[in-house]
Amino acid sequence: MSAEAARADGHAAHGADGGNWHDDHGAAPHGSFRSYMTGFVLAAILTIIPFALVMGDVFSDTRVTAFVIMALAVVQIVVHMIYFLHMNSRAEGGWTMLALIFTLVVVVITLAGSIWVMYHMNANMMLMPHDMRNMD
Amino acid sequence: MSASVSPASDGEKVVFYLEKDEHAHAGSSTALGFWLYLMSDCLIFAVLFACYGVLGRSYAAGPTPKELFDLPLVAVNTAMLLFSSITYGFAMLQMEGGKKWGTLFWLGVTGLFGVAFIGLELYEFNHLIHEGAGPWRSAFLSSFFTLVGTHGLHVSFGILWLVVLMIQVAHRGLIEDNRRRLMCLSLFWHFLDVIWIGVFSFVYLMGVLG
Repeated sequence: MSAEAARADGHAAHGADGGNWHDDHGAAPHGSFRSYMTGFVLAAILTIIPFALVMGDVFSDTRVTAFVIMALAVVQIVVHMIYFLHMNSRAEGGWTMLALIFTLVVVVITLAGSIWVMYHMNANMMLMPHDMRNMD
Repeated sequence: MSASVSPASDGEKVVFYLEKDEHAHAGSSTALGFWLYLMSDCLIFAVLFACYGVLGRSYAAGPTPKELFDLPLVAVNTAMLLFSSITYGFAMLQMEGGKKWGTLFWLGVTGLFGVAFIGLELYEFNHLIHEGAGPWRSAFLSSFFTLVGTHGLHVSFGILWLVVLMIQVAHRGLIEDNRRRLMCLSLFWHFLDVIWIGVFSFVYLMGVLG
């Protein structure tokens, strides 16, 4: 695909769409060519950085790298939500946002809870050296 | 109590208004319903991610992510999905401009990127299984194949849906029903890209990091 053609097409579509932007029939909010491209460029940057950090062994401390990877992933998810999924607090009278927040709460509890609990269980179930001596 | 009755006693006719037209806009309620479906799908992935988070270090003396994962391949795969997201965005812009063939063209491009993604993923799975690192090898690999495979299945069904919609648009044009369907698929497609961010960050990059 040629970038020129894409840009021209996108602008044409954007221009045509300008008229019904304020069409308030409750239609899902949609983006413009500019917002899609902004999202794409941001997402590309936020993808390239973590790959470069891991493949180039940039930080000697892997914990720093891990933190940066997860932080950038969260930022990229927000970028996708705004520029590709067109999330906002007004769509559907705020119900999509409410459903999203509820889901995020459940997701955080599920993920953090599982990893936390199971990590401690693993640590507590681990045979310690002195336990092994007692086994003989 | 008496206050609420008084207008009628003035001889005025009591009229009740509904706050909203009961005949709700179909597209609007569909968007919310489809969003709720995506949120429940999100919970499925959350559970699979939690599963991988718990089991992802249980190698059973088998291969580790560092030995198995091929990051350049994952990077190409990630690019495929990101490109397919932006081309779907172009398809939506063409749809809003009322351009049927432009919409079909960008949907086709999106589908090809999707097929490339699935092709690379199947190649990776095939390679892993031939190396003896199939889902039966260790808890790490079981949870890995379940999480990444579930995402791949979603993308595959997304491609199937895309092809069906392309046929619908080609035959019937950009009618209201098809616009609504394209809008739902766009949410689904972008949602899968969001899940993939979690996969490449949490599974591949963190896995190679050790």
